[in-house]
Amino acid sequence: MTTQSYLPVPPGVGMEENFLSLDDILLSQEKLPTRTECVFPRLGFVEKTSDTRDIPEGTKMEMPLWLSKGLYDNKRRLVSVEQPKIYRQGWRTVFSADPNVVDLHKMGPYYYGLGSQLLHFDSPENPEIAQTVLQTYIGRFRRIMDSSQNAYNEDTSALVERLDVLERSLFRTGQAGLNDFQRWEKGQASQITASNLVQNYKKRKFPDLEA
Amino acid sequence: MFCEKAIELIRELQRASDGQLPAFNEDGIRQVLEEMKALYEQNQTDVNEAKSEGRSDLIPTIKFRHCCLLRNQRCIAAFLYDRLLRIRSLRWEYGSVLPTSIRFHMCAEELEWFNQYKKSLAIYMRSMGGDEGLDITQDMKPPKSLYIEVRCLKDYGEFEIDDGTTILLKKNSQHFLSRWKCEQLIRQGVLEHVMS
Repeated sequence: MTTQSYLPVPPGVGMEENFLSLDDILLSQEKLPTRTECVFPRLGFVEKTSDTRDIPEGTKMEMPLWLSKGLYDNKRRLVSVEQPKIYRQGWRTVFSADPNVVDLHKMGPYYYGLGSQLLHFDSPENPEIAQTVLQTYIGRFRRIMDSSQNAYNEDTSALVERLDVLERSLFRTGQAGLNDFQRWEKGQASQITASNLVQNYKKRKFPDLEA
Repeated sequence: MFCEKAIELIRELQRASDGQLPAFNEDGIRQVLEEMKALYEQNQTDVNEAKSEGRSDLIPTIKFRHCCLLRNQRCIAAFLYDRLLRIRSLRWEYGSVLPTSIRFHMCAEELEWFNQYKKSLAIYMRSMGGDEGLDITQDMKPPKSLYIEVRCLKDYGEFEIDDGTTILLKKNSQHFLSRWKCEQLIRQGVLEHVMS
């Protein structure tokens, strides 16, 4: 087994975020369509389209998820959040028809992550959104598992092109398992190998690294 | 929008997804801390105004800035923590002596952390296995034999083995050496484990 000594903080599961996870921080940077429900004095410069000193009530803006979550409350006194297109009725029908044809990288790339986070904002559509996200995952999983377990020693860019971030990490894990198994079959499991980290450092320009 | 510099720090780390340690972005950290200071001071002013003049309409703005402060704090904490995870893995991959080029990428506090981590690991290893201690950074894969065949990948120079003799490790020379003496050098890419 190739041992991994760098173990980054993984993303949270479902509606939870892990505070220290780089993946979750990038996920929460994704923008959501929002509307201000009150005036935000002295912050006009943030909303670059307006020249006013304050952000007026009723301004539509694209706000990062972290800010929307921070300002949102269920009485919607400060902001209200709309679902992005791909989580609404129209696209949900497409996903339920055939989840495999959709390019989730273009649509996302955090389709599952953002979909789960959307559930923090009260909306009557939440149960349907949750169902669609789940069924999409179930529908696509089989193909990802198959391709990751059977693509050995080849260029996989075509296979991962249309996968979202979660699916890509699944694919990578599958490939790692496949490669480990193949090495074991060849009897190379007990071979001591150079550390990947060390080799990568040498490939970058480190002139005084050579012993 | 606020917190742009903070997210840039995170992206910089995410780009090195294989666990490499990029240079310490001291300037980036400084800029984020400056933004935090400015946000905090603006909020102080507005809170005082809200209390003394009863301007409760400033509260949404105060909350907005507070969210930005929390966001910056999260980004910095995650940035520093992830770097520590990378530095920790350096001890396991490289050993206890790091090449100078990597040390240049660490700030003073990170170097201090690395030294302390090394010390903790050494104390732990000495506490096991009776008098001699147990080197758990060896034998990462279950050993099949005491001696292994190795080929030299680059000129390393002289190498002393247990019975006191020295071997010259020249590129492409092959040797039959004890496993635990070579393991470090194989992991560093100096030797190659030859399977028969």
